[in-house]
Amino acid sequence: MSVSTANIPPQFEIVDQPLDTQMTISMGPQHPSTHGVLRLELVLDGESIVKTTPDIGYLHTGMEKLFEYRKYQQGIVITDRMDYLNPLGNNLAYVMAVEKLLQIEIPERAQIIRVLTCELQRIASHLVWLGTHALDIGAMTVFFYAFREREKIMNLIEAASGGRLTPSYFRIGGLMMDIPAGFERRVKQFLDDFPKAVEEFHTLITGNRIFQKRTQGVGYISAEDAIDWGLSGPSLRGSGVALDIRRANPYCGYENYDFEIPTEADCDVWARYLVRMREMIESHKIVSQALARLKPGSVKADAPKVVLPDREAMKTHMDALIHHFLIVAEGFDVPAGEVYMPIESSKGELGVYVQSTGGPKPARVHFRGPSFVNLSALPHMSRGAMVADIVAIIGSIDIVLGEIDR
Amino acid sequence: MEPQNPQTSQPEKELHSGTASSPIAVALQRENGAWVSKVVEALGETTIIVPREHIAGVCAFLKTTSGFEFNFLSDLCGFDRGPEEAPRFEVNYHLFSTTKSHRVRIKVLVNEDDTHVPSVTGVWRTANWHERETYDLFGVIFDNHPDLRRILLPDDWQGYALRKDFPLRGYEPYSLE
Repeated sequence: MSVSTANIPPQFEIVDQPLDTQMTISMGPQHPSTHGVLRLELVLDGESIVKTTPDIGYLHTGMEKLFEYRKYQQGIVITDRMDYLNPLGNNLAYVMAVEKLLQIEIPERAQIIRVLTCELQRIASHLVWLGTHALDIGAMTVFFYAFREREKIMNLIEAASGGRLTPSYFRIGGLMMDIPAGFERRVKQFLDDFPKAVEEFHTLITGNRIFQKRTQGVGYISAEDAIDWGLSGPSLRGSGVALDIRRANPYCGYENYDFEIPTEADCDVWARYLVRMREMIESHKIVSQALARLKPGSVKADAPKVVLPDREAMKTHMDALIHHFLIVAEGFDVPAGEVYMPIESSKGELGVYVQSTGGPKPARVHFRGPSFVNLSALPHMSRGAMVADIVAIIGSIDIVLGEIDR
Repeated sequence: MEPQNPQTSQPEKELHSGTASSPIAVALQRENGAWVSKVVEALGETTIIVPREHIAGVCAFLKTTSGFEFNFLSDLCGFDRGPEEAPRFEVNYHLFSTTKSHRVRIKVLVNEDDTHVPSVTGVWRTANWHERETYDLFGVIFDNHPDLRRILLPDDWQGYALRKDFPLRGYEPYSLE
């Protein structure tokens, strides 16, 4: 301590040592920085954390059970409600798992639009993280700037799918419908403006000394521990592990896109912050490449028993009408088998396990939510931290409770 | 491509002890003949069914053996085949290697009257919450788990919600009384 103690009477000396008394407090579930309804049981010694025990389940709605009672195509709308900041990623993982069971090939245009919209969604998800993370730490202004940019993406997703938070844009076998006229021009406009916005974020917060002090050296987790705890996505890359499912197990044609995997070696909240900031730029790169590749074509697979026919065909062709009726009324049978489909969502490895025993309804659908696994490492990351740090650490692993509790 | 009928199921190579073709299954069998009870390769994914008493040993072997290096437990989830099936439950372990980027699924079959499975929390710490979730929703008990409590449902919840014989809306009609 650099404070002069010369004039302080001895009984007011600054104590900077353990009190040897412990207090258990309950943080949440309504705490604003717990991003939903997460409750933490904190055992404290003064202001230092001795033990953290997350208590989850407040948002549990039995979604995995519900899948078993709905047809395959009806499951898509359930996925939207899991990680509600990255619904297109959830849609994608689920429909790709079912497509793998059905062995359906998806047309190239549909693949490219999937990549394009998913990367836009990743930017939007990171923008919510940026705004709320900074807000938790005390920088209120960033929130408004981040949400201004997010609004542009929300408008684009709304234009394509009709929904903002729950788009359900992807279908088993392709897309709900093609992107509307003028969509490409609007995306181009967003891409032109976005680098300037990121620069603005950096000006607002990256160089801020308070923000740096609050994040550097906080929430340390080594690369080895991070892998052992199953961390994935930006939280793992913040510990210097260059793992990205888009590169490790490519899907949707990601092997054809040129992008980097940002990593930072510091293993702390600051490193995870920098990784996400750089990832937005990488997603921006992927979106512009996808835009350049977009060629006219079909957005639905040639699988009449699975994919709903076009409206016009349904009115004029008998077989299209029959298929439409059967898909809507009875669903389609999926061959028996099981798949695990991992994708890189905005928060890490989102894996969907689907087991079919035949018939129009799945026997089991399980979501490996990255937030669920990343949160399980919170007690490890918060050992010895101060109470105020826990808010920064939760922000840095970017959790969404909808996905954790399912 | 037309979707296939459920009757003409996926081409499946079912290999019993001694004829496994997957290099992982071959290595497991060479290490210990009792470790592999069945290998299924379908849809580009390898599933190795392992007797439940050996699961922790198999996982530790796959994690540490060079060439496999399954240092990352992607997922662990249960499955209920239905009350009339025997064995009734499955526990699926989805393993991933951050260095080799390959995946494998290890499956353990569990009978209803004895739902004990050795825990793999000693191999990967991330298994902790996954096993708690599987216990919570299926009632599979993981032996030697450090903290086996319900995780998603309340502590006083009766029954296991993801079992097939658990009704979607619960046992009792919803009432505020």
